[in-house]
Amino acid sequence: MDKILRVNMSDLSTKIEAVPTAWAGLGGRGLTSTIVAAEVPATCHALGANNKLVFAPGLLSGTAAANSGRLSAGAKSPLTGTIKESNAGGTAAQMLAKLGVKALIIEGLPTEDKWYSLHVSKDGVTVQEETELIGKRNFAVVEAVEARLGKKTGLLTIGPVGELKMTAANISVKDPDSKLRSHGRGGLGAVMGSKKIKFISIDDQGAQGVKVADPEKFKVAARTFAKALLDHPVSGEGLPTYGTNVLVNILNEAGGLPTQNFKVGQFAGADKISGETMNETITARGGKVRHGCHAGCIIQCSQVYNDKDGKYVTSGFEYETIWGLGADCCIDNLDDIALADSIMDDIGIDSIETAVMFGVAMEAGILPWGDSKEMLRILNEEIGNGTPLGRIMGGGAGSLGKAYGVTRIPVVKNQGIPAYDPRSVKGIGITYATSTMGADHTAGYTIATNILNVGGYVNPLNKDGQVELSRNLQIATAAVDSTGMCIFIAFPALDIPECLPALIDMINARFGIDLTGDDVTNLGKHILKVEHQFNIEAGFTNIDDRLPEFFSTETVAPHNAIWDFSGAEIDEFWNF
Amino acid sequence: MLITVKLFATFRNGRFKVAGQALPPGTDCRTIVLSLGLTEEEIGVVMVNGRHAALDYVLQESDTLSLFPLVGGG
Ligand code: SF4
Repeated sequence: MDKILRVNMSDLSTKIEAVPTAWAGLGGRGLTSTIVAAEVPATCHALGANNKLVFAPGLLSGTAAANSGRLSAGAKSPLTGTIKESNAGGTAAQMLAKLGVKALIIEGLPTEDKWYSLHVSKDGVTVQEETELIGKRNFAVVEAVEARLGKKTGLLTIGPVGELKMTAANISVKDPDSKLRSHGRGGLGAVMGSKKIKFISIDDQGAQGVKVADPEKFKVAARTFAKALLDHPVSGEGLPTYGTNVLVNILNEAGGLPTQNFKVGQFAGADKISGETMNETITARGGKVRHGCHAGCIIQCSQVYNDKDGKYVTSGFEYETIWGLGADCCIDNLDDIALADSIMDDIGIDSIETAVMFGVAMEAGILPWGDSKEMLRILNEEIGNGTPLGRIMGGGAGSLGKAYGVTRIPVVKNQGIPAYDPRSVKGIGITYATSTMGADHTAGYTIATNILNVGGYVNPLNKDGQVELSRNLQIATAAVDSTGMCIFIAFPALDIPECLPALIDMINARFGIDLTGDDVTNLGKHILKVEHQFNIEAGFTNIDDRLPEFFSTETVAPHNAIWDFSGAEIDEFWNF
Repeated sequence: MLITVKLFATFRNGRFKVAGQALPPGTDCRTIVLSLGLTEEEIGVVMVNGRHAALDYVLQESDTLSLFPLVGGG
C-alpha cells in the first residue's frame, strides 16, 4: 500500500499515514502543491515552524516508463513568498516510489540547537542527530554518507548555503554516478536548513516495488512513448548531442540572449560558450556528450565535462547556467563557467538565481564585467563561507540588487529571470509575469513555439497569441510535472500525435483508471488554480504579475524590442 | 549580391560555421538550403537577420541567413 510519511521536527516524531482518497490520483507537483496549499498557512514565515517541506515522486516514477524519475519538492518559498514547486532528477524519486512513499512531509522546527538527518526505508522514516557533516559541502556529504550507508543509498542534501538559510539555497539530489542534480529554484534548501535537516538518506532494499494494474497495456504504451521520444529530432538527437546549451547560438541569433544584465540581446562571445563548442570540447577531452540524470532517461541531455587534463569538472551543465554566468556576465570562458557550476553544486546554491545575481553584482560594480576569476573566488570564499557579502549575494538577485541600490534587477516575485529576454521573446515574458512560481521558464516554455518551431510558431516579437500560448503551456506543464516526467518530453508531445495519448495510457494502465486528455488538461488547470489561490492568500495581487519597470522603458538590441503588454492584457492569462 | 550564411548544430558537420556567398538577385532561402546538400525536411529554423523566415523568402543584399536543425532545450 502506498503511504504518506510525516516527520514533525518540533518533537522529532514520525508517522506513517494512509493516503487520503483526495490525494490518491495525484503525484509530483499536483501532490506537493495540493499538500502545501492544504496544510501550510499562506501567510506563514517560510523559514518558520508553520512551513512544510514536501517531497513526492511522480505518478509514473518507479515504473519502466522512460524519463519518469523526477522528484517534486514543494513548500512556501522563502525567496518569493509564493508557493513553490521545484523538480529534479537523481535516484530519489524512483526509490521513494518503489518504497510506496507517495509523499514525505516535513513539518515543525526543532526546539534544540542541533542538526539532524532523516533516513527513509521500507520501515518508514527515522530522525537522527547529525554532528559530523554539519558545515560540510555537498560532495563531501555524498562521500561520507556512501561510506556510512553504502554506495546505493539515495540522498537529498543541503550545503552550507542551505544551512545558513540563504534564500537561493537549493536541495541536491544524488544521481546514479554520485554526482548532483538540484531542486534549484525558490530557496527550498533554506527551508530544509530551517528545519535543521542536513540530509535525507534513502534505502530501498526490500521495497514493495510499483504495481502496475494492467502490465500488458502499460508495456504497449511505454513502447509507443519511448519511440516518440527517440523519433523527435529535439529529444532524439539535439538534446543528447548538444545538451540544453544548444540554445546559446539560436537565442543569440534571435536577439533573445540577455547580455550584460539584460542590456542587449546578443553576446559577442556566444560561440565560445555555445553547445556546439561544448560538444567539441567534451569530445576532445574524453568526457561524455550524453548522460542521464536518472536511470530510465533515454533523452540524456546531461553530459560529463572534463578540464583540459581530462579530469572531471561537472555534469548537468545547463544552458541557463552557461547563459547566466556567460552572456549575462560577459564571460566567454567555458572552463571557468564549468568550475563555477561545480562550486554551486558543492555549496548548494541555485545556479540560475546565482547567475542572474552575478549580472546584477557586476552592474553594481562589485566585480568587473567578464571577471570569471573573481566570480569563482566570490562563490568559494564569500558565498561558500557565508561572509556578510556572501549572505547578501546568497539571497539572490533581488537581495543583492536592493542592498546596492541597483534599479535594473531582473526578477519577478523576487525570483531571477532566466536566459530568454522577455522583450524579444514575448511569450516567455507572459510566463515570467504570471507563473505562480515567480520568473520560471520551465513553467510555460514558450521558447518551443516562439523560437524553436516546436508545436507550431508564434512570432516572438509580436504580442499576438502570447497569452494563450503561455496559458496552454502552463496548464500542460502543471499536468506533466505531476507525472514524474522530465519536461523535455514536451518537445515530442507537442509534435508527435501518439506521444501524449501514450503518456495518458501509461497512467491509466498503472492505476487501472480511465483518464482522458480533457481530464489531464483539467488537472493542469486545477493545479494552477490551487497554486494561484495560495499566492492570493499570501497577499499577492495582479500587480505582482508584472515585469520589472526597465523592460518597458529600455529597448533591447538588435530588434529594439520593448515589453509593451498592458496590465489588463497580462491579467487575461488567468481567464480560464 | 553578397549575403552571409551561418550554420548551426549538426549542419556544421562537413560544412562551415559562417561563409559569405555571392548570389544572383532573387535567390531565396530554399535555393541555398538545397545548394548546401540539406533537405527541406531537415530544416528546423530559418532566420534572416535574426527574424524567423520562410524558405521562399527572397534574400536581399547583405542579409544574414541562419539555418538550424530542429533543436531544443530549456
Ligand atoms: S533529458 Fe536531461 S533533465 Fe531530462 S531526465 Fe534526461 S538527463 Fe534529466
